[in-house]
Amino acid sequence: MLLMSRLATLESRRGWQVFLILLVLTIVLVPVLNLTLPPESPFHVPTYMLSLLGKYLCFALLALSLDLIWGYAGALSLGHGGFFALGGYCMGMYLMRQIGTRGVYGNPDLPDFMVFLNWSELPWYWLGFGNFWFAMLMVMLVPGALAYVLGWLTFRSRITGVYFSIITQAMVFALMLAFFRNEMGFGGNNGLTDFKEILGYNVQAQGTRIGLYVASALVLALGYLISRYIVTSKLGRVLMAIRDAESRVRFLGYSVTNAKLFVFTVSAMLAGIAGALYVPQVGIINPSEFSPANSIEIAVWVAVGGRGTLYGAILGAFTVNGAKSFFTGAAPEFWLFFLGALFIVCTLFLPRGIVGLAAQLRNRAARRAIPSTETKSKEVGDAASEHGA
Amino acid sequence: MQRASMAPDAAEIVLPAESTPVRPIRQPAGSILYLDGVSVSFDGFKALNSLSLVIDKGEMRTIIGPNGAGKTTMMDVITGKTKPNTGDVLFNASVDLTKMDEAAIANLGIGRKFQKPTVFEHLSVFENLELALKTDRGTFATLFFHLTGPQARRIDEILGVIGLGDRRKEKAGALSHGQKQWLEIGMLLMQEGQLLLLDEPVAGMTDHETETTARLLLDIARERSIVVVEHDMEFVRALGAKVTVLHEGSVLAEGSIDTVQADHRVIEVYLGR
Amino acid sequence: MIKSHLARVTWVLRGLHAFVLAFFLMTGLLTVGVAIGAFAASSAWADEYSDALAGLAAPAFNDKVAAIDALARLGDERATPVLEAMSDNRLYTRKEDGRLVIGGTGRDIALTDAATGEALGTATSRDLTRINVNNALRTALGGAIGRLQINNADPAKRLAAAETMARDRTPEAMALLRDALAREKVEDVRAAMALTYAKMSLTSTDPAERLAAVKEVSGRLSSEVRALVAPLAATNPDGSFAEPDPQVRAAATGLIARIDQRLMMTELALNLFQGVSLGSVLLLAAIGLAITFGVMGVINMAHGEMIMLGAYTTVVVQQLFREWIPAEFFGLYLVISIPAAFLVAGAVGVLMERGIIRFLYGRPLETLLATWGISLMLQQLVRAIFGAPNKEVSNPGWMTGAFEAMPGMVLTYNRIAIIIFALAVLAGLAALLRYTPFGLQMRAVTQNRNMASAMGIRTGWVDALTFGLGSGIAGVAGVALSQIGNVSPNLGQGYIVDSFMVVVFGGVGSLWGVLAGAMTLGIFNKFLEPYAGAMLGKILILVFIILFIQKRPRGLFALKGRAAEA
Repeated sequence: MLLMSRLATLESRRGWQVFLILLVLTIVLVPVLNLTLPPESPFHVPTYMLSLLGKYLCFALLALSLDLIWGYAGALSLGHGGFFALGGYCMGMYLMRQIGTRGVYGNPDLPDFMVFLNWSELPWYWLGFGNFWFAMLMVMLVPGALAYVLGWLTFRSRITGVYFSIITQAMVFALMLAFFRNEMGFGGNNGLTDFKEILGYNVQAQGTRIGLYVASALVLALGYLISRYIVTSKLGRVLMAIRDAESRVRFLGYSVTNAKLFVFTVSAMLAGIAGALYVPQVGIINPSEFSPANSIEIAVWVAVGGRGTLYGAILGAFTVNGAKSFFTGAAPEFWLFFLGALFIVCTLFLPRGIVGLAAQLRNRAARRAIPSTETKSKEVGDAASEHGA
Repeated sequence: MQRASMAPDAAEIVLPAESTPVRPIRQPAGSILYLDGVSVSFDGFKALNSLSLVIDKGEMRTIIGPNGAGKTTMMDVITGKTKPNTGDVLFNASVDLTKMDEAAIANLGIGRKFQKPTVFEHLSVFENLELALKTDRGTFATLFFHLTGPQARRIDEILGVIGLGDRRKEKAGALSHGQKQWLEIGMLLMQEGQLLLLDEPVAGMTDHETETTARLLLDIARERSIVVVEHDMEFVRALGAKVTVLHEGSVLAEGSIDTVQADHRVIEVYLGR
Repeated sequence: MIKSHLARVTWVLRGLHAFVLAFFLMTGLLTVGVAIGAFAASSAWADEYSDALAGLAAPAFNDKVAAIDALARLGDERATPVLEAMSDNRLYTRKEDGRLVIGGTGRDIALTDAATGEALGTATSRDLTRINVNNALRTALGGAIGRLQINNADPAKRLAAAETMARDRTPEAMALLRDALAREKVEDVRAAMALTYAKMSLTSTDPAERLAAVKEVSGRLSSEVRALVAPLAATNPDGSFAEPDPQVRAAATGLIARIDQRLMMTELALNLFQGVSLGSVLLLAAIGLAITFGVMGVINMAHGEMIMLGAYTTVVVQQLFREWIPAEFFGLYLVISIPAAFLVAGAVGVLMERGIIRFLYGRPLETLLATWGISLMLQQLVRAIFGAPNKEVSNPGWMTGAFEAMPGMVLTYNRIAIIIFALAVLAGLAALLRYTPFGLQMRAVTQNRNMASAMGIRTGWVDALTFGLGSGIAGVAGVALSQIGNVSPNLGQGYIVDSFMVVVFGGVGSLWGVLAGAMTLGIFNKFLEPYAGAMLGKILILVFIILFIQKRPRGLFALKGRAAEA
């Protein structure tokens, strides 16, 4: 009962309307347009488009998770690609175990690459991954545990700002090197691929693809509500206070270490879930997912959308990845120029991203409409943008 | 309540020579804050040099001193921001503050207002006070916190005291300098601490605001102990409390405002160089 | 078999002498006798020699070995090129007449007669039958060539012979070497011969000779000597000692212990050198960052791209030298590249600072993202201009090659040059900061911007130049790095994480910290590598740094006190 009333406060009435409309559009309209309309219809959503949208939904969840720790707690993690990939590997391990005897070597227990390496039995850390629910638990626990340990080490020592960013970047760099090693038992260079089934369904089948797409949308919606719960709670305000003046929060008696540790761990878990949803949709997970460039790209999604607002992060993930798909099709050599320029433009001219730009335009329009309130709202707006930077 | 000796030569007693073992100037019993032989050095520079200071329960104390006298460092030591190289810092005559971090010390009931007003600029005035509200500071308790009616009324009450009732929804960053000072004092009140440390609470305030602040502090001081660091002599006089003069990290003189202003060494320190 | 050959030779020689002497005395015809004697002698020699030569073409390997031995015994210098040709697979029989010929290289094989050295025109491989050689034969060939050359007039040839003979442990070879050793005057050659002789006598049946040999070889503490002596200290499977004489055994065991110790020292020294070498690469990569990040507090993710620009500048300068400058001055391209790279990277740095970074001061995370954007664009720009594949930069002549600092420790000149260069850049920078007006202004601005501004320093300019300096130094690092690896658009990416680690580890804002950080990480890495492997070593180092920062969040050479709080 209390929870329900608290849930209702997560969004304004209009916010809930938008949320539900978008959710219905995503999980009902798109699959229906895919399944019912003939391919020649202008409203038909081709299956590749559905898969693409499914990927974007995973990226949106990933962007959301980064926004929690960066946009709200002010700690820019450059390791979120790592948590994403760890979640993906956990899912990949489950999918590998589902291959069974259908691998090239037909070994019922060992994945092909282990047979290739002349391993005789499954390493201990692969045990249990044949079970879907165990694997799903690990999808959250592995990134969460890593974030907890790393966060405990860094936040406790009051490592903040760019130092935290560099350490998290070093973490993914180390992970990438580690996963490239064949002896690690995660398929080395090639990673995990050639998946056949998930929960008994063929991963290539259209029905499975739609199912994964809908699951991604629902998990994103759930992730959004959880994040929303956190940021609208008093803890969310403590986090924003930490972002503004970390040491002052300590003098109020809050444990900055614990607050950041909590949100970092939750954030890493969300990133792991995003990775787990991503892997069966693209059919492969390999160590390049750990590359530091990937992690830093997530930051630009959030920055483009507008950090410090959850829907901004989601918007940013869709916008930037949409642009990426467009460029890699139309003019691949310009994509990196565009992405690079995006980093610069966002930091210089759009400190609050698209969301901030929209708010600015709205403000300007409102000011024009009611000239009398101009001075006051200007003062507030300036002060906010000054510190939002 | 007041210490007996206030004559200039009494200050000699609280200034032990560096080589002699530091003797407590008096027993900590009955004090709210007890500093004994506290030294802090940064790269050879002694910010605090065997500082000893006792604040009684319910006492208001003003601390003055030229720049670099160690006033802010003293506050840092008390609130756990800086760990002293040597010396004891006791709260309520029993709790060793040197072993605790800032959050733990704050939760004991020691509140601090900074020299530069530090409020959370992105949060509203109301939210700033809500964060300072005395509640369970645990992370999960904070996550599931729900503001009760009495708590909301308490915030309203403080909003009235600091005169920001009509600006409760505005972002704290939009307040004027003096209003931020008051908001920070309001946050101290919300914490309901036993000991409040205020670093230059009236800096940048108009005369009128300064007067109001003095009245507010005197009002607060009835229920708790307060240490005020201030440069504004008019304000110090208005508070009418015992004054401690710090110089080069130690206590130079202690007594009423008139006594210390007459002390030739204090005059020398302020004017002589 | 060898003995019987020997007997035959002695018999022939004795017979020859007797015959000539008798002819002298009996006829008294001195001149005729001499002429005939000479003819007889030469024909007897010639027969012996051409028989042996023909034996090289025998189908059975055993016969070939016998022929090689015979040639070696005859000591005829003419056999050397033939044996060398055989060892190189260039000895043939011509199909049309079965003549033994030496072939040249190339498709049309130039032929010379093996017996006479007469040129026989060219042939193709179809006209010839190659004389097959296996490894056993090659060993025999090496020994024979060595024996033929051990008395050569050229000391270099004797030296080479002394070394090739080491594997030939026949008594004849030993006797030959002993004689040669007794006659030898050139010190180097003597030493080499003595060593070879000692190696040969290690397998002697006389314990005294073995002991002397062990003593002789103990002058060189190499793993090669260890392998030679090891059998003397070994035990048989039944537990008995392989070497019956306890004195020899003790000497051998002692020598092995000394060699092991020396080898360990060599490995240590080598690891140290490689560590310092890696450290100097890290140092070069990080010095620029020590300025931009350490002094200015700007987190420049495009730092690696400044290095990359420097490396590409080197590529361009090298290309210009190839096209416009005479080849004998080619080595100078490096000297020109250093200032060129400094200017190119420095100019890009100044542009970056004025155009973007100055708007982001005090917002480190935004700076990080914006400079990352710049790095992406620079990489793509270079890829568009120079193409994605690696460019290769050739070292100038004086940087190629290596020398052996101690046995088993080979130091390459380019690595040494980089160590010296890195230290020189560090020293130059330290001097610049300390002794020049610009350095003074730079320190003033970083310590108190407002005060510096009030004193008339154009802080904006100083910022731009400081950033340009840091970037320029990164460019110079690129010149050095182009000498030890390939140049590619993502060259810089490989160094960025390492550079930050060095600066963070060493302590932000301290040049000595950067030196200490780079060397510590470099050496640590190299010592870890043999045990953990390159990748795991790197991972361990990253973990170590993360833990280290726990203890000293501000690095090894941290600023303390109030300055650090800001």
